[in-house]
Amino acid sequence: MVTEINYSMRELLVCNGAKVLEDGKAVFVGTGLPMTATMLAQKTHAPRLLIVFEGGSLGPIMRELPISVADSRTFYRAIAASSMHDVMSLSQAGYVDYGFLGAAQMDMYGNINTTVIGNHELPKVRLPGSGGANDVGSFSDKLIYIIANQSKRTFVNKVDFLTTPGYLDGPGARERAGLPEGSGPYRVITQLAVYSFDEASKRLKILSLHPGVSLSQVQDSSGFEIIEPNKIETSYIPTEEDLRILRQEIDPSGMVLGK
Amino acid sequence: MEILKKGKGKLVGWHNPDEARRWVQENKSRELKDKTMSVKDAVSKFVSDGDFIASGGFGHTRVSMAIIYELIRQKRRNLTMAGKTAVHDIDILVGASCVNKVEAAYSFGHELRGLSPASRRKVESGQCKVIAEISNAAYQWRWLAGMMGIPFIPSRNLLGTDTGAYSSSIVVKDPFSGKPINLIPAAYPDAAFIHVHRCDIYGNSQIDGIIIEDFELSRCARRLIITTEEIVDDEFIRKEPWKTNIPFFVVDAVVKVPYGSHPAEMPGLYWFDEEHIAEWLKISRTQEGVEEYFRKYIFGVSNFEQYLELCGGKKKLEYLRKRAAYQEPMISFSYK
Repeated sequence: MVTEINYSMRELLVCNGAKVLEDGKAVFVGTGLPMTATMLAQKTHAPRLLIVFEGGSLGPIMRELPISVADSRTFYRAIAASSMHDVMSLSQAGYVDYGFLGAAQMDMYGNINTTVIGNHELPKVRLPGSGGANDVGSFSDKLIYIIANQSKRTFVNKVDFLTTPGYLDGPGARERAGLPEGSGPYRVITQLAVYSFDEASKRLKILSLHPGVSLSQVQDSSGFEIIEPNKIETSYIPTEEDLRILRQEIDPSGMVLGK
Repeated sequence: MEILKKGKGKLVGWHNPDEARRWVQENKSRELKDKTMSVKDAVSKFVSDGDFIASGGFGHTRVSMAIIYELIRQKRRNLTMAGKTAVHDIDILVGASCVNKVEAAYSFGHELRGLSPASRRKVESGQCKVIAEISNAAYQWRWLAGMMGIPFIPSRNLLGTDTGAYSSSIVVKDPFSGKPINLIPAAYPDAAFIHVHRCDIYGNSQIDGIIIEDFELSRCARRLIITTEEIVDDEFIRKEPWKTNIPFFVVDAVVKVPYGSHPAEMPGLYWFDEEHIAEWLKISRTQEGVEEYFRKYIFGVSNFEQYLELCGGKKKLEYLRKRAAYQEPMISFSYK
C-alpha cells in the first residue's frame, strides 16, 4: 500500500539541497536553510561530509542546528576549532568543493544581492551586506543557493546591488575579473524547481520541477526567461526517514523549517 | 603595478606602515605590568569620540557587551565601527547614536533572529552612513595586513562585484600571474574590545573554541580592552603556553566581567539569553522603545552586575549555564 507523504515546501527545499552534496567533499555553509540541508546530508547519504563554517569550525559532526555560523554548536565534535583566516584561506586555496548560501535577489547569471533594495546611498531596505557570501561565492568551486521565495521580485533581470559573484555578465567574466578559474554557481533550489546553469551561456536552466509545478508557473515566477531543456526531471521527493530526521533530530523547535 | 579599478568606499583605519610601527614603538609597552581596571576606566581611558572601533567575537557569540554598554553610558559619539559580523553590538551602538559610520561586511541584521529595526532605521533615514562595503574575509584580512605591518593583503574575493566597487580596496594586475588581484588595505582600529574565557592580570588570554577574527584583531588594534570571565594566575598561563591566543603586550586594559558577553553566548559557559534578545528586537521597533530600553538597562543601572540583576539575576544565569552545558562532554574547563 502506498501512503501519501506530507511535507512542507521548506522541507522539500532542504531535502533537494541535501541531495546536491556528496560524501567525502567539503562544503562551506551559510545560516538557515543551507545549514539545515547540510546537516540532513551528513545524517543521511554523506556521513563524511567535511563541513566548514566561517567562524572557524572545520569538520564538525553536527548534532543541534546552530542559529549562526559561529555559535558554539558549529564546532560540535569538529576536527578543529580554528579561525576565519584559516577557513577563508583554505577556501581560496581550493579546499572547498561546495559553497552553500541563501539569497534575497538573484539574476539569470546567479549573481546575488544581500546588501540593499533600492539605491546604496539612501536604501529603501538596508540588508546585512555580504557577510561571508562574497567570499564563498568567490572561492567555492561549485556554488549552491537556496531561495525559498522565487518570484518576479527575487528572480530579477538586474540585481539592485551585486553583492556576491555568480557568472557576472556571462561566459568568461569571472576569469576576466580575476576570480578562480572554473568556479561559479552550480545549483539553485527554490520552492518551485531545481536549476543548474547552461554550460555555454552560463544562464539559469531548469533541471527538475517539484511535484505539481508546471513550466509556466516557473517562468511566471521569474523576471527573466529561464532556459528550458528538452528533458526535465521531477525533483527529489522527501522520504519518511528524511522527514523524521529533519523534524525530530535537526530542527525540532521549527527554528528554520517552521518559518 | 597597473591599477585596474579603485573601490569608491572610504578608507578608514589605514596608516602608513612606518607610522604604524612608530606608533607601536611609542605607545605599546612590552613591560609585564598589572592592567586590571574597571569597565568605566577602560572606556574613559582608551576610547574617544570619533574613534574607529571594532568588537571581537561574531554575531551573538563571545562579544564584549559590558564595554558596548559602557560606550553608550559614557555617550561616546561619532564613532566609526567595523561592521564585521556585527550583530547585537552594532545594532545597539547605532541605535544609541554612538556609531554613525559603518564599514559593512555584515551589519543591521540579527542572522536567523531577523533584521535589526533600530540600526536599519538609522541607515534608511540617513542618520547612520555606510561608508564602505566589504566582506567578512576581506575584513579579516584588513586585520591581518595590520598585524603584519604591511599596507595591504592581496586576495581573490570582492572582484567583479558591487561589494568590491563600494569597498576601499584596489584591483591591480598581479605582476606574477598577470591576472587581476584585489588589494585589501590594512586596518588599525583605534580601539578594539574582545571578551575571553580567562586571562592573567597582564592580559595573556585564552579563548576556548573558535577564535574567529580575534587572533588578528587583537594584534592590529591600537588600543585593546580585554574583558574576561575570570582572571587566572600568570603560572596558569605558563603551564600551557600553547593555549595563549593573545599575548599581554598587545593588551591595554584587563577587565574582569563574569557573564560579560550577555545576552550573547560564551561557548562552553553560558547560552544566548533569547528572552533578552527578543525583548530588544521587539522594543526597538520604535525609537521610543529604543530609548526606553537604554533608560532601563543602561542609564538606569551603574554597572554590569546591576544590569544582570535586571535581566533575571542568578536564576536566569544558572539557566543559561545549564543550557550551555548541553554541549558537554565536548567542552570541559573550570568555571567558579
